Order: sequence, then structure tokens, then C-alpha cells
Amino acid sequence: MPSAMPIRPAATLAATAIGVVLLLAFRTPPAAPPATAVTLPSASAAATPTATPSGAPPSAGSSPTPTATPTAAAGGLKSGTFNGQTYSDQYGNLQVQLVISGGRITDVKLLQYPQNEPQSAFISSHALPLLREEVLQAQSAKIDAISGATFTSENYAASVQSALDLARA
Amino acid sequence: MVRAEPVMGTVVSLDIRDQGVPGAAVDAAVAWFHEVDATFSTYRPESEISRISRGELSRSDGSAEVQEVLGLCAEVTRRSGGCFDVQLGGRLDPSGLVKGWSVQRAAEMLQASGARNFFIGAGGDIVTRGRPAGGQRWRVGIRHPEIGDRVAAVLEAGDLAVATSGAYERGEHIVDPRTGRAPAGLLSMTVAGPSLTYADAFATAAFVMGEPGVAWVAGIDGYAALAITSDRRVVWTPGMAGLLAGSAPAPR
Repeated sequence: MPSAMPIRPAATLAATAIGVVLLLAFRTPPAAPPATAVTLPSASAAATPTATPSGAPPSAGSSPTPTATPTAAAGGLKSGTFNGQTYSDQYGNLQVQLVISGGRITDVKLLQYPQNEPQSAFISSHALPLLREEVLQAQSAKIDAISGATFTSENYAASVQSALDLARA
Repeated sequence: MVRAEPVMGTVVSLDIRDQGVPGAAVDAAVAWFHEVDATFSTYRPESEISRISRGELSRSDGSAEVQEVLGLCAEVTRRSGGCFDVQLGGRLDPSGLVKGWSVQRAAEMLQASGARNFFIGAGGDIVTRGRPAGGQRWRVGIRHPEIGDRVAAVLEAGDLAVATSGAYERGEHIVDPRTGRAPAGLLSMTVAGPSLTYADAFATAAFVMGEPGVAWVAGIDGYAALAITSDRRVVWTPGMAGLLAGSAPAPR
């Protein structure tokens, strides 16, 4: 839990130096790809696509004892690849494809995403790749969840829902 | 038990590590998010918020939830000097607080059902409880604002709420209620603390403030901030330093 901190003026915060660092090797983001599926994140950013360590028994003695065994998502998702319906708004068309394995979503591909207008192109190149993380629950084996501003879109949610409906049928 | 539920315009993730939590408890949490959507969505013309916004329903006739949320929003408006406000361009929009509030409530529901080790994530706002596994702590990455599949920093937590507001939100970008324009200065603002209701709203307000928002959050008892500026510096409060895994954010 963060401790209560005394009020300090911003200049003092900056001057302490412990809290200020330059982000090194800040790459420019890749240009928006043509309208085909977005590929998986690079291996250096994401390891095996499960957020839950598998198989290891919980440590003895501590109470409660959380289990690390992955379980199928409630609703019993079938394994496979499922295309959601296409939804459109003023930004363009949006259609997702879910890859499901072992009862959980292991990848989200964007079969269609808005990129025609300049604003939509910006949204596509920056926001839509980020949006995939919400469904994937942080692919890196070392991170359980990701906090970040996301693309809030009824069309995205609707397309994911329609794909999940196919996986549950 | 893991659930991914599209709702509230995003996807809500629930990840419960305890064994023996009834499936009905998770179902109830999911149903709660749909209730929140029906009540508060500005995308739904029949929601209470939309009806209040159009003047078809008075605030005092709104449900208890609506009144609670609007009351909390008013509190944050006061505390932030108007950098957070539900009134934007003649429209009522409490979205900057509703998501965090609904997740906070869902976490309380799960705890009441006996869950002790879980996280709930909704559109990048997260509540953690307990541990992911024995001897481990929840690791929450703060998304890199420019590189989609990278994180800029990692927090380690037991019980924590983490919310991030950023320049990379879609469509209706965050607007400074005082000017009606998008704020400049920051790529993202992350706030961590005991309640996601406040962390969510504080992150929105502090993002509007720009770099001075970091000091503003530092002055709020129990809350910590980490901001990534437009010129790519990372600034965080001393309280956040204790949450960061290792001594500094990842250099990529």
C-alpha cells in the first residue's frame, strides 16, 4: 500500500531525482499495417500466453492458499478460432477474431479495424494493439495484469461478444 | 477461475486464484457490470444517465447508485479544482469514475463471497487482492504509451487499486473541463491507492492537470502517481517508489 506522503511542490519532486528517469531506446511505433490480422506481440515483450503459472502446488502453511492451477473459463469455451461480427461506426469497421485454447482466450486478432481517416489511422496504430491486452490478460509470464488507458468501444466489445457466443455454443 | 466479459464498452477480466469460490459469485459480479452498463452507459439512450442528461429524469429521482456516483464525482470535482467534471459540453458523463467504482464494488462482492486472492481488470483499471500464488505478489504492468505490447513499469502489489488515464484513449479524448480542449503535457498518468473509485477519477483529473498532477496526487493521503510526460520522462511520487518492482521502470 502506498504510504501517505507530505505535500511537496513539484519542483522539489523533480529535484529529488530518484523519481525522474528518461525512457531509453524509445522506439517510434510501427506504422499501421494493411487491413490484415495484427500479429502477436514480439517474444521479448510476451512469453507464454498464460497469465497463470501452471502445475505448481501452493506453498504450505499460508492461509488462504491460492491455487495456481489454470481452470477453464466459466461458460466452457471451446478451443478454436472464432470470428466476431463486424460492427461499424464513424471510425470504420471493426471485427475481432478470438483464438481460444484450454478454455481461455489466447489471442485476439483484428480482422478489420478503422484506418481510413487520419484520426482513425492514429487510433489504429496506437490504441487497437493496446486494446488486445485487455482480453489477453497480459501475455508476459511475469505480469499478471496491465494498467493502461484503452480504446473504449462498444463495437470492440460487441465483436468480442459475438465471437465468444460462437465459442460457447 | 477466469472470466473475460465484454461489457461497458470494454472487456472485464476476473481472475480468481482461490479454490472453492462459488461460480454463482462470479456470475453475480458479471451481472453487476451489466447492471452498471444499463444504468450509466452514455452509449445507451435509455440509461438513467442519458435520461438525466436529457432532462427527462431529475438527479434526485435517480437510483441510489446514480446518486452515489454523482456525489462521488462532485467530491472529486471539488478536490481537483474542476479538472474532473461530469458536465462536459452540456452532456452528463461520469465515465471517468463509474468504471473504477464498479470494479471496486465487484471486488467487495467477491470478498463477501469468500474470495481472498484475485484481480479484476476493466479497461486498464485494476483491483488486486491477496496473492496470485503462494509467496508471490501480483505484478501489474503500466502500459507503455507508445509501444503497444510493452510495459513502461511494473508494480508489485497485494491489495491495491491501479488506474491509468492516457492520451491514447479513443475518439472522445480526455478533455479539460475548464477549457474544453485536450490537455497537453502527459502521455499517461497512473494512480495507485486503496480504492479504484478514487484512483480512476484521480487519474483522469491528474492527467488533465499535466505534470503538476503528480504533486497533486502526492498530496492525497494514501495515493501515489506515476506519469509519463510528452517528452518521455517518467515522474513518480515517493509513495509510488515503494510499489515499483526493482528500483526503476524498465528502460524500454
